[in-house]
Amino acid sequence: MAQEGAPKLSVRGLWKVFGHESTGGAVPAEIANKSKEDMREDDGVVLALKDVSFDVNEGETFVVMGLSGSGKSTLVRTLIRLIEPSYGQIIVDGDDILQYSEKELVDFRRRKTSMVFQHFGLLPHRSVLENAAWGLEVQNMPKAKRLQIARETLDLVGLSGWEDYRPGALSGGMQQRVGLARAIAADADILLMDEPFSGLDPLIRRDMQGELIRLQEHLHKTLIFITHDLAEALKLGTHIAIMRDGVVIQIGTGEEILEAPADDYVAEFVRDVRRTTVVTVRTLMDQPDLQLRQSTTPAVAMREMGKAGVVSAFVCDEEDHYLGMVSFNGAAEAKQRGDATIADAITVDEYPTLPADTSVESALPVVLEQHDEGALAVTDEEGVLVGTLLPSSVVGAMVQEAQDAIDVREASAALLAASFAGDQEEVDGDGDSEAADPREGMEVS
Amino acid sequence: MKGSLSDSTKRVMDIKNRKWLIAGGVVGLFLLASKLLQAVELTLPRVPLADGVDVAIEWATINLAPFFDGIKLVVIKLLVAITAFFDWVPWIVWVVAVGGAAFRWLGIRTAVFFLAGLLTIVSVGLWDHAMSTIALVSTSMVLILVTGIPIGVLASRSDRFESALRPVLDAMQTMPSFVYLIPVIFLLGSGKVPAVLATMIYATPPAIRLTNLALRQVSPEIKEAARSFGATPFQMLFKVELPLAVATIMAGVNQSLMMAISMVVIASLIGAGGLGNDVLFAMSRVRVGDGFEAGLAILVLAIVVDRSTQALGQRASKETRTE
Repeated sequence: MAQEGAPKLSVRGLWKVFGHESTGGAVPAEIANKSKEDMREDDGVVLALKDVSFDVNEGETFVVMGLSGSGKSTLVRTLIRLIEPSYGQIIVDGDDILQYSEKELVDFRRRKTSMVFQHFGLLPHRSVLENAAWGLEVQNMPKAKRLQIARETLDLVGLSGWEDYRPGALSGGMQQRVGLARAIAADADILLMDEPFSGLDPLIRRDMQGELIRLQEHLHKTLIFITHDLAEALKLGTHIAIMRDGVVIQIGTGEEILEAPADDYVAEFVRDVRRTTVVTVRTLMDQPDLQLRQSTTPAVAMREMGKAGVVSAFVCDEEDHYLGMVSFNGAAEAKQRGDATIADAITVDEYPTLPADTSVESALPVVLEQHDEGALAVTDEEGVLVGTLLPSSVVGAMVQEAQDAIDVREASAALLAASFAGDQEEVDGDGDSEAADPREGMEVS
Repeated sequence: MKGSLSDSTKRVMDIKNRKWLIAGGVVGLFLLASKLLQAVELTLPRVPLADGVDVAIEWATINLAPFFDGIKLVVIKLLVAITAFFDWVPWIVWVVAVGGAAFRWLGIRTAVFFLAGLLTIVSVGLWDHAMSTIALVSTSMVLILVTGIPIGVLASRSDRFESALRPVLDAMQTMPSFVYLIPVIFLLGSGKVPAVLATMIYATPPAIRLTNLALRQVSPEIKEAARSFGATPFQMLFKVELPLAVATIMAGVNQSLMMAISMVVIASLIGAGGLGNDVLFAMSRVRVGDGFEAGLAILVLAIVVDRSTQALGQRASKETRTE
């Protein structure tokens, strides 16, 4: 079936035009070349998805972010054909699911995917336990077995003791836990989540996000998560796709999107994000002043340190895996002992190493514990030394952000003062019109 | 500024005046035409509608006899079984059972009212006829449910079927029942079987309409969620849609039941028997008292049945409430 290393799910050139009878095959020119407004006015059809393509890897959390009307909810529904797309391909584990017959589709929904909905979609006439077992029930699993699994899953999401209640008796947050349990119990590879936490109040939402991260740590599902909330996207997403008017504008990691927004729309979106919570130490790294192999002789090491003007060096093995530091004194002692290499002079405990995907904010407490200004080693997942980090750059980045925040506050205070002074036109003139501000209605579910 | 304002006001006035002019002209034309055509005798050739129906019924009587015999057989079997059951259970058991159930689920006042009503029927000697009527209504209801609900389900699936069905249902409900009693006698003879069919014609539409409506009202979000887990259309219908629609369907069943009971007097014209017969008998002999007794018995049955099925519907709606 699927090739090794191929994405779990691939979307290729996906189109959805409501009110348009798909001709199958290639996208007709009159659709492909028309703007959304023209289509609505001329043909009375609504363009919801325009040439959407992306890949989702096994085990990652792929977030699709956009405001209402951006097509994100349509997109997630087309992935399991709750809405039939007009054109394109959706390839899951090597199969194009748009070619599936009705029967294959039902089977696909049972085995491969399960979905969590913004408005929960629980069955009001059934108990919490029976709701959690729904996915297994439609697979015709024997009752005792499916209720057993549902019970365990409810326990996993923290709903033990609520099994016999009706969903209507539960709060919104708890109902969504039932929705989550129902999706997990079905034991599908891919979890589709359509704004699952948007209807919940902020505290509960944060709880549920934490819960999802915790669950994902030992479930390792492939998650496709829809949201209109950038903070949520950055918190959960391995990769994020930003949608607007049915088009995917940018796909990347949270960091990539913050650092290099594809256009003004995205830039406007990310303006207020606290970068240090997302940006990793990778962006603050320097090249090591001096990097030595463990097979280096003490004499060479001392000479190199002298040449570079440093008192210590980073030591790696032949494959660049980071081993530790060697100080000038250490190398000198090794030379006196008559060691052939500096391998025995390496010290590891003195300086901690940082994984390259640590956010700047989480790196701060680590670097503050340092007693001197010495650089820390930054390594990737394989332990390869990718750079070094000066404590001062971390502190500097944090200070810079705080300063920016103050600047923004002062600037808006100045604007406010100006508007109070009756200088209305100047304010209106440089601000965006309300409709063009993408953050408008961000909290509207 | 001022000039343009008065211009636009003038234009509005013009449009208003023109409308009145046109309306006056149309009325004038209408009257004038009537005046001119007073003396002229206008006739259209007769469309042989009545003859056509006669021929069709005659044809059906001869050629579809096996079909109608089949229907007759099924209805008779069902009717005989149900009638036998109602005859077999002694009145005292019925009265105690109905009174007890009412006390348990509907409260003491309703129970007392039910008991008083049923005992009155027994004491005026109409119990047997009442049971015969109930057996006929029950038979009709069984047939109404097994035909009406599936038709309602189909109507909820297809907009085209629904719009084709609507005029048929309208006709079934508004056509005076005497009009179809005559052809029913032609096709099935007189007696209880045509009475059951006539009752069905009159009383099935609410069951169909409300089943259709109930299924269309099931929350699309719940349906979508259920479907996303790979539920088949069959599972959707029986595990999601019908359970969530049952309260509204029960309201339709209740309406059908009331209409079926209201049909008993008319159906007795073609030999339905039961309490309807007593009403007819009293009418034909101008015996006001007897007529009142029989009418009261029908009323008691209707109230007992209505309150009981309504209570069932309310229990169902409590079960499926979303909030």
